[in-house]
Amino acid sequence: MADVLTFTDRGIYCPAGEFHIDPWCPVARALLTHGHSDHARPGMDSYLSTDIAAPVIRYRLGDIRIDTIRYGEVRQIGGAQISFHPAGHVPGSAQIRVEVAGQVWVVSGDYKTEADGLSTPFEPVRCHVFISECTFGLPMFRWPAQDALRDQINRWWAANAADGRFSLLGSYALGKAQRLLTLLDPTIGPILTHGAIEATNAVLRAQGITLPPTEQVVQGTDLKSRTGALILCPPGAPATPWANRFGSSSTAYASGWMTLRGIRRRRGADMGFVLSDHADWEGLNSAIRATGAERVYVTHGYTATYRRWLEEHGYDARIVSTAFEGEAADPTESA
Amino acid sequence: MKRFAELYAAIDGTTRTNEKIAALAAYLAEAPPEDRLWTVALFSGRRPRRTITATTLREWAAERAGLPLWLLEESYAVAGDLAETIALILPPPTRESDHSLTHWITHVRHLATLDEVTRKVGIFAAWDSLALPERFLLTKLLTGGFRVGISQTLTIRALSQATGQPVTDLTHRLMGNWTPDKTTWDMLIDAKTQTDLSQPYPFYLAYALEDPTDLGDPAQWFAERKWDGIRGQFILRDQTHHVWSRGEDLITNRFPELAQLADYLPQGTVIDGEILAFDANRPLPFADLQKRIGRKTVPKKLLTEAPVILMAYDLLENHGQDIRPLPFAIRRERLNTLCAAIPPSAPLRLSPAVPFTTTVDLARERSASRDLGAEGLMLKRLDSPYLTGRKRGDWWKWKVDPLTVDAVMIYAQAGHGRRANLYTDYTFAVRDGNALVPFTKAYSGLTDAEFTEITNWVRKNTLQRFGPVRQVPPELVFEIAFEGIRASPRHKSGIALRFPRMARWRHDKPSSEINTLDDLRQLLKIQG
Ligand SMILES: [Zn+2]
Ligand SMILES: [Zn+2]
Repeated sequence: MADVLTFTDRGIYCPAGEFHIDPWCPVARALLTHGHSDHARPGMDSYLSTDIAAPVIRYRLGDIRIDTIRYGEVRQIGGAQISFHPAGHVPGSAQIRVEVAGQVWVVSGDYKTEADGLSTPFEPVRCHVFISECTFGLPMFRWPAQDALRDQINRWWAANAADGRFSLLGSYALGKAQRLLTLLDPTIGPILTHGAIEATNAVLRAQGITLPPTEQVVQGTDLKSRTGALILCPPGAPATPWANRFGSSSTAYASGWMTLRGIRRRRGADMGFVLSDHADWEGLNSAIRATGAERVYVTHGYTATYRRWLEEHGYDARIVSTAFEGEAADPTESA
Repeated sequence: MKRFAELYAAIDGTTRTNEKIAALAAYLAEAPPEDRLWTVALFSGRRPRRTITATTLREWAAERAGLPLWLLEESYAVAGDLAETIALILPPPTRESDHSLTHWITHVRHLATLDEVTRKVGIFAAWDSLALPERFLLTKLLTGGFRVGISQTLTIRALSQATGQPVTDLTHRLMGNWTPDKTTWDMLIDAKTQTDLSQPYPFYLAYALEDPTDLGDPAQWFAERKWDGIRGQFILRDQTHHVWSRGEDLITNRFPELAQLADYLPQGTVIDGEILAFDANRPLPFADLQKRIGRKTVPKKLLTEAPVILMAYDLLENHGQDIRPLPFAIRRERLNTLCAAIPPSAPLRLSPAVPFTTTVDLARERSASRDLGAEGLMLKRLDSPYLTGRKRGDWWKWKVDPLTVDAVMIYAQAGHGRRANLYTDYTFAVRDGNALVPFTKAYSGLTDAEFTEITNWVRKNTLQRFGPVRQVPPELVFEIAFEGIRASPRHKSGIALRFPRMARWRHDKPSSEINTLDDLRQLLKIQG
């Protein structure tokens, strides 16, 4: 039997439906798991994403032809039956289920199994073949409980505020930043944002997602009267001249990579919070178990190691060959 | 242990010196005395001995975590730190505890005395009752590899803040071979008198001189050779002698020939000098001295093949009196007198003065260093006291330029600690006809930005993996600088380098233009 999906130099392709999933070169029809830049690229003739993911994709890619689909809704594209299912990664993120002649394949996109109170929670989808990311596919990665993390972040902020210092918190603009917003305790002080993050906030608010009030830092912002505020910014921003205006400040990053001491130290931050929008080791294992799949393709991250682990547990495990891997396992967490 | 783990995290989490000092000073002011003592001991490298080999520890940790050993190894290759890897992969603790640091160190040392089965039970129980940061530190203690990101100098500054005692006094008190078993906080830090006769003085270290005109008036300066051996102190007090290395190791027994100096020197003498393997009038290559460094006891054959002397630089104690505050010229005069009273056959020599009048003379003398078996020149202000630690201004070292070759990278491996997950450890090759011959490894000398760029290149260009090592195409060329070269039958290339590092990345050079094995052999002939 022919494979439902194949791996081409443009990305994952479905011959029966003549569409690509998260392609990185221009194609006729692109199904997108979510709006992060390593998945949603410009130049496709047409796009399909969930209705929740679409506004950000439109904001990021500009004038594109995009059709939307609800979670669980089934559509026929050529000889393939497709549906999108919650991946729990960022608002609107999806796993894409593709069925051809009774064979079911699922592309996970990026996912996390823990409910974050912002994205629609991950739902396992039964399938024959599962294509899974494994960004954090090593047993060292175990995410702390969200409550413990909330305390840790707010304690750090409160201590800085008490010392009259700003708190610079670096995180990705889409997903992680809004998740942090839901964890912050606004009674500690004002929450300011970098323009890149505020723009995404605005898109999400406009589609009805509730976020605590934030204020963008602009040229004339009176920082004196906001001493002790927390500033949410992209991960690169604390190291740029943009951050000089805050004077006395403490810097922290929120990322799964903050698990590792060496990376925390290399980032040179005062604090590292272990907060990821990807599945941790247990999350990957439980998600794969729940699919009931016999064959698993792994991509993103520690693929060779994770493949071997799956193989030892009886899976037909394969690597989506590196030529098709969108990004290297780099300390700058894949977004 | 929670409090100690917080201290460790505070020091580890900042690069700002003042924050490190403040965290440690606060801890030293409030922790129980025995924990303070152990903290100072640990921070000055006085670790408890390893309880268990790293190999066994890996196996036990994998067993406890219910993971195959290979997966622990893969994780270790990414984290770059075994204790951290173990702490992270173990299941979360099922119990809570907050015993003191001293309690856990006592526990770790007690475990070392038990049979293997009991030891394993004890280690599992300890892992199971500690949260991640404490578990990491306990595992570090088990492996005997505890280290902390604060220097001895900063530790002493914090100690000075916490106790109100002057830095110089504390530096001296912390020298020598004390351990928490043999002393108490009161005796070590507070007691009025010192009783340890073996105690050395803190070494005075020089900064590198960039430009000799910075010296000012040459007449204010004294020059001598910078010898390439082991900097050490010879101490004779109350009929007993001790030899200390700069790294604060007691090395008396490794150099038994120095014992006879006790027959000629007055009691209460401390000499700062360089231990050199020496043949008639010339130092032997450092490689000869190296044969003796690793050994606790020295076989007769080696004593005749590589006899050592003490090349005397300075006199710190004279007739029981600490003369470090006196000007160098006077100390040197007294050292001269001591050395003159010793028979020429004894293994002590006065480091000869290098005469000069201008900096041009100095530059000429410096360039003759390698021929004399020296590393360069030492310049000392004639009126300088003997200070503590590395201080700018009174003493300078002016080393010869390193030797260099251009070589191509053929293997890369991820670094450790701060550089985990970056490819920073490289193996280099030179050409031999059409073949490439690996001849050295190096892992320092580049910027973080360069390491990041190379890491991305390595990931995209891996030809083959051997565990944590990646073979890459021979394309990236680097200038490798080193301090010495010697023949080494153990290495495929037949040579070994001393202190190799990357001087720069030669973007401008194709790998066809790198140096050859013959070039290295030629260098060996001239420099070896
Ligand atoms: Zn991604
Ligand atoms: Zn993503």
